[in-house]
Amino acid sequence: MKIRMIAAALLAATPAFAQDKPVLTVYAGDYIASEWGPGPKIEKGFEAFCDCDLEFVTGDILPRILMEGEGTDADIVFGLNTDVTARARTSGLFAPHGQDISDLSLPVEWSDEIFLPYNWGETAFVYDETRLENPPASFDELLNAPDDLKIVIQDPRASISGLALLLWVKSVYGDDTPEAWAKLAPKVLTVTKGWSESYGMFTDGEADMVLSYTTSPAYHIEAEGDTTKHAAIFPEGHYFMAELAAQVKSTDQPELAQEFMDWILTPEFQRTIPLANWSMPAKLPREEWPEVMRDLPRPEKTLFYNEDEAEALRKPALDEWLRAFSQ
Amino acid sequence: MAAGILAIKRDPGGVLIATALAALILGTLAAVAWQARGLSGLGIWDWRAVRFTVWQAVLSAALSAILAIPVARALARRRFPGKAALVTLLGAPFILPVIVAIMGLISVFGRNGAINDGLRLLGLPEMSIYGWQGVILAHVFFNLPLSVRLILQGWQAIPAERFRLAESLAFTPADIARHLERPMLRSVLPGVWLAVFLVCLTSFTVALALGGGPSATTVELAIYQAFRFDFDLGRAAMLGLVQIGLSLAAMTLARWITIPAAFGAGLHETQGPRGPQGWRRGTDMLAILLASSFLLWPILSVTASGLPRIPMLPADVWAAATRSAVMAVSSALLALLLCLTLALAIARGNAHWIEMAGMLPIVASPLVLGTGLFILLRGWLSTDAMALPVTVAINAIMALPFGLRALIPAAQALRDDYGRLADSLEMRGLARLRHLTLPRLARPLGFAGGLAAALAMGDLGVITLFATDQPTLPLKLYQLMNSYRMADASACAVLLMVISFALFWLFDRGGRLA
Repeated sequence: MKIRMIAAALLAATPAFAQDKPVLTVYAGDYIASEWGPGPKIEKGFEAFCDCDLEFVTGDILPRILMEGEGTDADIVFGLNTDVTARARTSGLFAPHGQDISDLSLPVEWSDEIFLPYNWGETAFVYDETRLENPPASFDELLNAPDDLKIVIQDPRASISGLALLLWVKSVYGDDTPEAWAKLAPKVLTVTKGWSESYGMFTDGEADMVLSYTTSPAYHIEAEGDTTKHAAIFPEGHYFMAELAAQVKSTDQPELAQEFMDWILTPEFQRTIPLANWSMPAKLPREEWPEVMRDLPRPEKTLFYNEDEAEALRKPALDEWLRAFSQ
Repeated sequence: MAAGILAIKRDPGGVLIATALAALILGTLAAVAWQARGLSGLGIWDWRAVRFTVWQAVLSAALSAILAIPVARALARRRFPGKAALVTLLGAPFILPVIVAIMGLISVFGRNGAINDGLRLLGLPEMSIYGWQGVILAHVFFNLPLSVRLILQGWQAIPAERFRLAESLAFTPADIARHLERPMLRSVLPGVWLAVFLVCLTSFTVALALGGGPSATTVELAIYQAFRFDFDLGRAAMLGLVQIGLSLAAMTLARWITIPAAFGAGLHETQGPRGPQGWRRGTDMLAILLASSFLLWPILSVTASGLPRIPMLPADVWAAATRSAVMAVSSALLALLLCLTLALAIARGNAHWIEMAGMLPIVASPLVLGTGLFILLRGWLSTDAMALPVTVAINAIMALPFGLRALIPAAQALRDDYGRLADSLEMRGLARLRHLTLPRLARPLGFAGGLAAALAMGDLGVITLFATDQPTLPLKLYQLMNSYRMADASACAVLLMVISFALFWLFDRGGRLA
């Protein structure tokens, strides 16, 4: 039984024999294309009507595409984040998406002609009610909580969610950000390279709260039947993050690439997002969201910097953070 | 110059490989700098990172080497059932994939770990693994096994005849220490310290997970940031250069304090000396016991939590596991080939620069190496086609320094002890390789191959840069975590660990049996 499984897996791992179908190469973030992410569903869904072969290539997409420049193999880039698109845009490598984005289900205004959001969420500190009975009810309460409340966050120099925290704190505290960091620092148990290490520490019970997303509890409810994990909702507001797709200007498959972009905002595509990517769909009426997503508590206020503001704030905000944490 | 040419004539392989290595490491750095159109200056945070990196590496290396001495001595002079197995097991942390090791350390030393549970029970203050102390703890955890292994080899390299002679002369333990052990340590320790120092110099994930915050930033993180976030290749190249500069300085320092011990030839005998009785027996056993629990507890703890779920892992994980294993074995074979050629050339007394070149990869940032290769090979090869071969090659190269540390002393001893005899018998080429070199070097070769395979198995660094549709097992582990499947991820971690150990064991065992 096991041997057959391994054999099947091996077969599945070898690339399909060259078919005459055109190939659409999609550069995507690591997790998207894994079988637990939305990738396989997206691939199957698109191949069902495109008469093509969609190929996910995963890795560090932004550095790679910037390095490859116009010689890139990519037709589509999938999974860029709102806070780093400024540099991607200046490269001039991307073409307009050509979609109607007048009625997206986002909590912020979106008028970008190049980068098309396919999902979104907000940063939040997630806790386990069985371990933290009195979670802070606001950002201020978190800052003024006793220092034995321990949180894990991600490094803004290495992780996209860490960068979002920088911008979140900046948008809540503005000029008072250094004081806010000084209050938060003693509560930070550790800073990890990426979201996954942090979240692992949290689920292992090392930390009381973890920097994650408002949508994280949905996974535990839906996949594990565990209703003890919650995102602490702060009245000061939560920072918005969306994942974006864009087509590459120099693509050798312009029609296919356009077809793919056209498909992203369709209900069929959008319905795969909530329970595979554990985030909110970018264009889907709320009634069509899975119940677990509809029931999640939502912040009243969404904070967001556009990419130019984010790019301008990144270095000074990082310096403030570094200074506060190097004391 | 004439001597140089003669050396090349006698030994084209070693010179060739060393030149290629230096060219590759410096060339990729140059490629990155060239792509960036020059080097960028370093900021205040970069210099802080340099300072922290050097400081923690010096301390980690010193602690690992010093703590390893009593353990290695105890293992060298005591015999007990299961000793061979224990020596192999104690090597485990060094080849443990970083992410798995961190999980293990946290499960024992973390806030929620067994140690703090115990302290709370006794009403004592808790200890924290987060902060510089966590970085040092983790580095000692990783490198104590390497240090013990290298020092143990030093002990085993003292011919048994010497100990018997010492016994017949009624040497006290202090005399033995003075005449036999200290000279050996004097020759072995700088190398051990250097090896650990260099490993810790490029540490990245450990420092981030356990460092507690930005005050524990290492240069490798700064390189990662420069690549991934700032896309500042000039700064990345500059930092890569700083890292190589630091290591060259350390290597020069270690060379300068090394005085080779000369014990002369002995019969090849694996029975070590018999240790002194009395209270020293107790301290030896204590050293072994403490080291074993420190090194094995975190591993057992991780295993206990992940093992039961392994059969439930999705088919994809098994495919990635197979792919990773094949890549690891290829890396190991390539590493052995390079390693043996270099070690023999170094033993022949060829220029020190060969050894320097062989040690270089340990500090070459895999990120710089990978990116440089990417820039150089683009246009010749499609990125997808090069992802796996380049990963195999980089992993082989990254394992070289460890292999060399184990092989060079053995190759030198072989040369000193049997070289003249073999020369006088005109034993050359393949015959010499088959009848003298391979059998005599089988042990360190097996060890080196095992290390290379295991390290390649757990490596994550290079492949993510190249982006691929054929993920390796460590990448799968991260994918599982990223999809919230933490329990599956811990099972995947155990699988990764089991395969790493199995590969190491197969090579190492092969070396001992040969």
